[in-house]
Parts: sequence; C-alpha cells; structure tokens
Amino acid sequence: MTAPMVAVRDLVVTFGRGAAAVQAVRGVSIDVAPGESFGLVGESGSGKSTVLRVLAGLNQAWTGVATLGGLRPSGRDRRLTRLAQMVFQDPYGSLHPRHTVDRTLSEPLAIHRIPDADARVDRALREVGLGPSFRFRYPHQLSGGQRQRVAIARALMLEPKVLLLDEPTSALDVSVQAEILNLLRRLREAQGFTMILVSHNLAVVAHMCDRLAVMNRGRIVEEMSVDTLRREAPAEAYTRQLLLASKGYDREVAARMVTYD
Amino acid sequence: MSDATGWRGRLLSDTPRSRREARLGQAYRAWLQFRRNRLAVLGLLIVLMLVLVAAFAPWIAPHDPYVQDLSRRLLPPGTAGHLLGTDEFGRDILSRLIYGARVTLYIVVLVAVIAAPIGLLVGTAAGYLGGWVDATLMRITDVFLAFPSLILALAFVAALGPGIENAVIAIALTSWPPYARIARAETLTIRNSDYIAAARLQGAGTGRILIGHVVPLCVSSLVVRVTLDMAGIILTAAGLGFLGLGAQPPMAEWGAMVSSGRRYILDQWWVATIPGLAIFVVSLAFNLLGDGLRDVLDPRKS
Amino acid sequence: MTPLLQVEDLRVTFPTPNGPFHAVRGVSFSLGRERVGIVGESGSGKSLTGRAILRLLAPSARLEARRLAFDGIDLLAASPRTLRGIRGRRISLVMQDPKYSLNPVMRVGDQIAEAARVHGGISSREARRKALGMLESVRIRDPERVARLYPHEVSGGMGQRIMIAMMLVPEPDLLIADEPTSALDVTVQMQVLAILDEQVAQRGMGLILISHDLDLVSTFCDRVLVMYGGRVLEERRASELAAATHPYTRGLLSSMPRIGETRSELPTLQRDPSWLEGGA
Repeated sequence: MTAPMVAVRDLVVTFGRGAAAVQAVRGVSIDVAPGESFGLVGESGSGKSTVLRVLAGLNQAWTGVATLGGLRPSGRDRRLTRLAQMVFQDPYGSLHPRHTVDRTLSEPLAIHRIPDADARVDRALREVGLGPSFRFRYPHQLSGGQRQRVAIARALMLEPKVLLLDEPTSALDVSVQAEILNLLRRLREAQGFTMILVSHNLAVVAHMCDRLAVMNRGRIVEEMSVDTLRREAPAEAYTRQLLLASKGYDREVAARMVTYD
Repeated sequence: MSDATGWRGRLLSDTPRSRREARLGQAYRAWLQFRRNRLAVLGLLIVLMLVLVAAFAPWIAPHDPYVQDLSRRLLPPGTAGHLLGTDEFGRDILSRLIYGARVTLYIVVLVAVIAAPIGLLVGTAAGYLGGWVDATLMRITDVFLAFPSLILALAFVAALGPGIENAVIAIALTSWPPYARIARAETLTIRNSDYIAAARLQGAGTGRILIGHVVPLCVSSLVVRVTLDMAGIILTAAGLGFLGLGAQPPMAEWGAMVSSGRRYILDQWWVATIPGLAIFVVSLAFNLLGDGLRDVLDPRKS
Repeated sequence: MTPLLQVEDLRVTFPTPNGPFHAVRGVSFSLGRERVGIVGESGSGKSLTGRAILRLLAPSARLEARRLAFDGIDLLAASPRTLRGIRGRRISLVMQDPKYSLNPVMRVGDQIAEAARVHGGISSREARRKALGMLESVRIRDPERVARLYPHEVSGGMGQRIMIAMMLVPEPDLLIADEPTSALDVTVQMQVLAILDEQVAQRGMGLILISHDLDLVSTFCDRVLVMYGGRVLEERRASELAAATHPYTRGLLSSMPRIGETRSELPTLQRDPSWLEGGA
C-alpha cells in the first residue's frame, strides 16, 4: 500500500482565545492517495475550508498530524510551495487587482527563479483555454470564469503534485461551472496531480471526485466512495438529509429537516 | 483608419499586447475619466502653470526679484512696468511672485517626496506584520500626530535654525503620520485577501509581498491624500515664512511676502494681498486636483 | 379575473459612456395568485425585472413598458405617493443577503415593528405584538429573545427568516423574492423555502422567485420563466421543465452535474448570438 500523499490525523483547529475560543475542526483524520481526487463536503461552518487552509499552510493554529508528501505545512517551507498549491473560491478576490495576468502568472516563476518565464506563461494560458490575447489584461477586464482559469493557471505554474481547491465554482454561473469542471478534469488527466476539492455541492463532488468525506460542525460524519454517493446509499442520516436537500425543494423533505449537532 | 483612432483604439482595446500597452491603456482610461471633472482639470491646469512659471521664471519675470529701488517703493498695481506694483523695497511684486513659485514648488515637492515614502513604509509594515511591530510603529506615529503641525514645525526650526531646508524637514516630519495611518488602514483590509494568501503560498517573502502587492494598492489613496495635503503644506510653509522661520530674506517666498507686507495692509494693500491670493489659488488648485484624483483612483467600487 | 400583475414589453435601459445598455428587453408575463420563478444567469436581467416592477431602479435607468399593472393599478403612471403606498404594503421585496438588507444598528424586533407600523398605521404596542407574531410564524423559537438581537448576532438562515417576517408583516398581495436563499446552506435553504411555501399558501399571495438555481425554481414554483440577455427565452410549467425546447434552457439543464450520472465531460453551453437578438 503506497504511502498517502496527504495524511491528516486528529486535526484540531481552534480560533480565538480563552472564553471565546471556537473549535472549527474537532479531530479530523483523512488519507488521500497519490493521484486521487478527494472531496470534502459540508455546509458552512463545517470546517472543510479550514482543513484545506491548514494543508495549504495558511493557518498555523492547529494540533494533530498533517503532512503533504511527508512535509508538514508550515507556510515557510519552500519545498511545500512546489508541492501543493491552492485555487480559491472567489474569482473576484483571488487575483491582485493591479497586476496583469502576465504578472500574476510569472510571479511564482520569479520567486523560484525558474527560467523561460515567457514560454511557460504562454503555455499555461493555452492549457487553461485562454489565448495570448489575455496575457496583459487586468482582472477587471476578465469575466468570473476567465479569472478562475487564471487562478488555476497560477496554481499550476509551479507544477504542484497536490492541488487544493476551495469551492472553485461556487461563485460562477452554471454554464461557466461546467467549463471549469471540464478544464480541471482534463488538467488532472494530463498532469496527474492529487486533488482535494472542498464544496458544499454534492453534485460537483460526485462529478469530480473518487472518494469524499462529509463534514459537519468540525467532524467527519462519514467517508465514502463516489459510487456510494452515486447510488445514493449513504450510511449516516446527516448525509441522507444533505442528499435530499440537494435535489431541490420538496415540502415533505423540508418538514422533516433536522439540525444535527 | 486614421492615426487618432489607431493609437487611441489600441490603448482602449481589451487585449493589450504588452506590459507597457496595458499600463498605458489603464493610464489613458484614467485620464479620460479625470477629464470629465472640469474643476479637477482646472486645478490641474493651475498646478501645471505653477510648474511652468517656476521652470521658466528667469525668462518670464520682467524684473530681478532682489533688486531694490527705494525711489519706486510701494507703487500700486497697474503702474507702468510693474503689473502688480512694488513692495516696500521697490522690488517688483510680479517678479517676486514668479520666483516665489519656485520656492513654493520646491517646498511642496520635497515634503511630499520625503513624507509620503516614510509614511507608506511605516504604515504597510505595521499593518502587514502586526504584533509588536505594529504597536511600536503606531505609538511612534501617535507621538508625532499628537503635536499640531505648525507647533512641531516651529520647534524643529527653532532647534535647527531658520532657513528653507530646515522648514522643509520640519514640515515633512509632521506630515508623514497621516500617511502611515492611511497606509496601515489599507493594508489591514487587504492583508487577508486571497491574492495575498496566494502569493504567500507561492513562497513570496514579506518584502516581496509588501513592495509588490501591498504598496501598489495603497498608492492611490496616498496620492490623493498627499495632493489634498499640498494645500496645507503651502499654508504651513507660508505660516513659517510669515513668522520669519522659513525662507529668509531676501528670498521671495509667498508667506514671507505676506508677512512683510502686513505693515502696509491698510494703504498699500497689494503688498500683502497679492501673494496671499497666490497662496489661495494654488492651495485651491491642489485641492481640486486631489478631489479629481480621488474620484479616479479611489472610486469606492463595491 | 384580473391577474394580480400584468407586465407587457418591459424594458430597462441604462446610459453608459458607450451608448445605451438595454438590460431588460421586452419582458412580458402575467401573474395570478401563483408562484412564478424567473431563472437566469448573472447579467440576464432577472433582478432588474423584479425591481422594475416595484419601480425601484436607479434614477439613471429608463423604464418603459406597454403595460405594467398591479391589481388594475397602472404602475407606470402612478404618482410617487401611490407607489409608496404599494411598496412594502401590497408588494414586498425579499433580497438576498440579510447582512446587507437589515439595518445593522436597529434591533431586529424593532425593525419588524417599524414595518408593521409604517404600513399599518397601528400603535406601537400593536406593532410590537404583530412583530412577535410574525417571528413565530417564521418558526423562530423564543421570539422574545430574538427580537432583542441585532442583525449581526443572528445566523444567515435566521436573518433571512427575519427579513421574510419583516416583509410579510404588512400582509402584501405579492412577494418578490430576489435570490432569497442563495447565501444559505442547502438545508437552511429548504427550511426558509418551507416558510415561504407556508406563507404563500396561507395568505394566498402571489410570489415571484428570482434565482439562478434552476433546480430550486423548478421544484418550488408553478411556472418558470428563463431569462437570458434581458429577454425571456422560454416560459413553461415547472413540472414540464425537463421538456424545455429552447437550446439555452436545454443547454443549462444538461450542463449541470447530477449525482446519479457518470458523464466524464459535462456538455458546455454553446452560446448562440441569435439569443441576444430581438426585443430591443
């Protein structure tokens, strides 16, 4: 059995101090195999984005075990930046408003002194379906879908082995979402990176992932393969409720909704 | 296609072909928007005129600003050869006004060039690094902010001795704290944005993030604030000159001119009033320019 | 029977530096005491349509229509006084994020009571009682305690229920809900919709639900209008949405990922520029 690319054990993340301390993640354990596509599903406050941010090294206030490719996410380790990159949720906030696309994409290369920036930027743009005419635009001259493509291109500039995605299509229109999901699928097939996708949308996760974990209030409710999800045969009541709710409005279903703690 | 639509079309196009085209395109769009505000354009024109007058002073001024002619003292405006009259030493007021533009510009530009970068660096560092760095830098800023600017400038000039360079230093030392505050406030809002997080994820160090990411976003509000402050700087310099602590005689500084013209204000009003009007017009121009810049650079988009 | 709302050839135009922008181009529909959903992506003009009905557009916008009538009252020709009497009292608008639509410095109970007082001309004590009653009817347990809270102290779902309470306390005939649940979790969405469902059924109100969520609208509403580029491309009974004929609607339906399916590539929508033509 190959070592997992991403391993998390008993992760606890606390926000705030003293009396106002809140545990956003309360003991989560996950393993993601190399090349696997793993989904983290949950509603707001479930802690799914927090887990992702810990893996990205953006949050240091955690205890437990978390490793990516054997390295501990610390936010300062350069090796980690070549290993894992992240695509953020809000396309309107993930690109620097005063940097052109060219600057945004060539910055990671400049930081790591990777040569041949020109050719690489061109290639990256083509790989995400944007032509060279987009190269010197500013973010406000791009649509939401185009910005997200640039964000994906930026994440892939350093050829990471792990791609972390935080609700990458939630802020996009349905038709644009389909394009971005297809793009991510294609890139993953071509480059073979491990993918961890956080979403509140079960359909998106069912489409993109091999395995998934459902989170609620900082804990993992259950883990399952995408097959189980597709057959709509979850074990836990919370997951069943989530499934039902994702199908649109139904009077009886709504009447039976329960708040799970 | 004619030339005009050619380059204009390229600048406004949605697909710039190089970094320079992209930047020029942005600048051109900003200019088009700025142009719509007529008062701001008026302010800009006056400021430009100030610059031109200062640059070409030796060629524009009809007389030497320092030559005294006691037989022709206190002549009213409209006298032949002295469009704006003469002062108490017989020096042509118009010429002194023109050379005074140089002094004004010198003070204003130097103060801006010294105070703004200091404020920017202090503010962004404090805002981004937080913790004790923030606390220390902000307490230092508070100390400087606690003094009324004219008083502090007076104190410095009294300690360093009168003279225009010392006046500039004194005014600069009192001007930087508000810029630090503004820069810090801007930095705090952007510190947690996704693009900063993305830069950190890519391995960018603090320096690169501060200079490459944070500072460009603070610059526009800072530019606006500095422009609006120019009026205040001119007035503080005039105030110092008025008190005899800024430019020293016989230098033609507008504030000093107002001061020395005080004695004659009742009968020979022009000696004090005309430089006073110049101060007013230029301060107003900077204010209008600053307002216009703010609408363009900091439009409160949501 | 006069329909509750009649909209014929509604047009909203904005002046821009590059010429007039036709945001809504000839939208027509009528509404009885039923639920109509207006579905569209961003930029389709659906929100503007909702606001145009209430004449709540920016002053720079130009509103034209062959007919815009509510319960027989001509909204286009109505005086500002008439419109003020209609807005809030007879037609209410529930917006997306309670964070932005509730007054942050007023207690929640006071805001609802104010709505009751302004539109009902009743005494403060009566208004207070009504406010508590409304909070209960939107299934908030312990309405006394919640009424004393400020908007930032309540969760998103509760805030939206409060917003609904505030908008329904004057007992309007028509409720326009503009993305009322988009900012909410899926389970909370269901609960909020259930409340809307109940209120609409109990009071016999008309409801216009504006949303980008095709599934939601098709399962909640009776009729669905699909908007794109300022025009209504298709109008159907909600139950028949799967049989939609317009290529845009079909494209949207097939580009959504679905849990039970195993497609590897999602068909992407091919936008036909001809969909933008006509109308203007």
